[in-house]
Amino acid sequence: MPETTAAPAETGSPAPKGPRRPPAGLRLARLRDLALVPAIIAIAIVGQIVHPIFLQADNVINILQTMSEISLLVLAQTLVLIVGKMDLSLESTFGLAPGVAAWLTVAVGTGSGLGLLSGFWAIPITLAVGALVGVVNALFIVRFGLNGFIVTLGMLIVLRGLLTGISGGQTFFNLPESMTYLGSAMWLGVPASIWICLLLFAVGVLVMGFTGFGRSLYAIGGNVDAAKAAGIRTDRVLWITLIAASVLAAVGGLLLTGRLASVAAAQGDGAIFTVFAAAVIGGVSLNGGKGTVFGAFTGILLLYMIQNVLTLAGVPAQWIEALNGAIILTALALSRLTGGKTQE
Amino acid sequence: MDASVSPSAVAEAVRITKKYGETVALDGAHITITPGEAHALVGRNGAGKSTLVSILTGLQEPDEGEVRFAGRPAPRLSDRSAWRERVACVYQKSTIIPELTVAENLYLNRHDHNGLRLVSWKSVWRKAADLLEAWSVDVDVRLPAKELNVEQRQFVEIARALSFGARFIILDEPTAQLDGAAISRLFDRMRAMREQGVTFLFISHHLQEIYEICDTVTVYRDARHILTAPVAELPQGDLVAAMTGEAAGLSDRHARPPVSAQAPVVLDARGLADGEVYAGVDLRVRAGEIVGLAGLGGSGKTELAETLAGLRAPREGTVEVGGRRPRAGSVPDSLAAGVGLVPRDRHHQGLIPLMSIADNATMTVPERLGAAGLVSGRRRDGLAREMITNLAIKTPGPELPVNGLSGGNQQKVVMARALASDPRLLVLITPTAGVDVRSKEFLLAKVEEIAGKGTGVVIASDELDDLRLCDRVLVMFHGRVTTELAAGWHDHDMVAAMEGVDLDA
Repeated sequence: MPETTAAPAETGSPAPKGPRRPPAGLRLARLRDLALVPAIIAIAIVGQIVHPIFLQADNVINILQTMSEISLLVLAQTLVLIVGKMDLSLESTFGLAPGVAAWLTVAVGTGSGLGLLSGFWAIPITLAVGALVGVVNALFIVRFGLNGFIVTLGMLIVLRGLLTGISGGQTFFNLPESMTYLGSAMWLGVPASIWICLLLFAVGVLVMGFTGFGRSLYAIGGNVDAAKAAGIRTDRVLWITLIAASVLAAVGGLLLTGRLASVAAAQGDGAIFTVFAAAVIGGVSLNGGKGTVFGAFTGILLLYMIQNVLTLAGVPAQWIEALNGAIILTALALSRLTGGKTQE
Repeated sequence: MDASVSPSAVAEAVRITKKYGETVALDGAHITITPGEAHALVGRNGAGKSTLVSILTGLQEPDEGEVRFAGRPAPRLSDRSAWRERVACVYQKSTIIPELTVAENLYLNRHDHNGLRLVSWKSVWRKAADLLEAWSVDVDVRLPAKELNVEQRQFVEIARALSFGARFIILDEPTAQLDGAAISRLFDRMRAMREQGVTFLFISHHLQEIYEICDTVTVYRDARHILTAPVAELPQGDLVAAMTGEAAGLSDRHARPPVSAQAPVVLDARGLADGEVYAGVDLRVRAGEIVGLAGLGGSGKTELAETLAGLRAPREGTVEVGGRRPRAGSVPDSLAAGVGLVPRDRHHQGLIPLMSIADNATMTVPERLGAAGLVSGRRRDGLAREMITNLAIKTPGPELPVNGLSGGNQQKVVMARALASDPRLLVLITPTAGVDVRSKEFLLAKVEEIAGKGTGVVIASDELDDLRLCDRVLVMFHGRVTTELAAGWHDHDMVAAMEGVDLDA
């Protein structure tokens, strides 16, 4: 038996001897993972009909780049949801982490920059702020046993306020080059942020599917008592997950900052709704223990493809938001129909 | 009493005492389980069985006494893996994670890794399949665990326990959720495993199962060890007597006047059935009559009573209350037809803890609180004060939140609410559970008083004291009414009927 090879869970290899029935459940699970693929193909066809540039490389890259930053929030939220918690504050971290870095590194005179540190420190500060937010969240949720929804709602407001406070409500410009590099560089003719996004999702798939740590997230979200009984150190896993999620949000914020070469005081504002919608459409349960990183990726991809189609179809910008909401509801209804079960 | 150390024992607990605050859960109790046997532990609710199980599995530490495995002291509580090698328990509540596959549940947190330190699913699947095959459990290891039925889930949990190296397995009421065929398959498997050297501690309410599968039986009653004997040498009557404690004959309850055959029928239920839960139930209750529904957990008595009160809809059959036929499964309709209900669990279905006594007690009668859907606080409190006096609820006033009351007084509030609508038919489900003795007497006397005024009463309970005041008791077993006992029955007859044993056999 090739037990040393990283056999992906989805290989169609025959089941070990013994089973009398075909592994219908496994096939079902795999189908659920790919549930959005037909929808994505359908949208691609519709998009191509609406406008012939839809499937051209430039437009595809455009879609991927637009979604690359927010998709890291989706990845982060997926981890948190699978472990059975929620993190609303991700969207504020998305703005605050690069905001603090800009505040400390941008020279005095441009906006409200303090110019305390050299540009070299911008990325470490961004990541550190993300980690710190995660620590505070974990402290409240894990250590003090408070409800994650309400804790992170509080954090959402506090962090948003902090960014407004340090920036004076203004946008940070003239960022150090280290901050703008990742969001604007091209690697092999494709924006670096797309590579980073795809890489982090690949790591997510690997960790969640093929490491003991990733599986323990499913166990905790599925039945925390059973996870404890199996010897999983549940509190430690929760700490790591919450911190990792906030760091991912900080990275996402950094990418957006690089692309726009600025940090607006409202960066990330309202993104959390799209994030939740993408995760749920992608098959992640709000009750924990269920869903995959790949599914979440298809969720956010679908949402951004539809938006792109609407733009190409010439829908006026004022109507895009209303349509976005309608799309989310439609997608949820569709996933309810195809999934067959009540939405959790 | 045998409380000495026996080196041959797989597991033994010696002079165990465990208290929770005032309550003594175990009082110097002991048990000795010898290798290869199937040992039954029986006792009525509150006898201390679950406490013993949690001490034997290392979930709790006894206040006094000692647990030994194979003659050696038990490991520290924090050393979970050492405990897992010695003993395993299949609880009534599943410890399976439904979204994960069977294989992953078996090897959770001890996955096999490949050269890249990644989980090797193939190896996990193969090991899981081998494990299940070794114990002849025929389940596809790649199915999500939620697709298993109760029987398969139990086998998987047993196999998981064995995979940790434990050869002593505690089964906590494993048959409660199984049908007859599944029970006999479980027993076949238990026999096969015993031949492979596995020892069982078997907890069940169903005594005939103990005679079928066990060698030795230990009886606990009121937190104490009563007896341990080979099953073959203990007649069923003696076993029941040991469990009930030779209750001092009949209570001194004065006989109730017989219900007139001319009294109108307030409840007429015909041909009620709900799949596996209960079937073939006909029940007629006359005005002023008190009818008991007895049975253990899982017998269907609770579900039947809930059906009568409109909380559940039956699959077949009809319920008529006072000549009306309320829509099945509709509580408002049943209320309107004149049904009052004291639900099973006051914490879950009975009370809204933070609301006041007055709000809770008058919840069923909004139309009496004011016109056009408005609630008059004065009228509500007035009504509540009447109830407080009527039911002697101990409280400074009706505005107190109901969770500030003692258990007995909370239950009185639930009763008050059931009575608020002057019901024709009063359905009570375990009305005295978790209630102190005085409140219990008061509540039961109240039930008699209500019946005396011409209300038909149905009491679903497994508490003998609740059933004693009934004019007749229907005993349910596995969803069927198996016995009907007229008032004046003996405790052991009732217990035997509930346990499903035939004392004359």
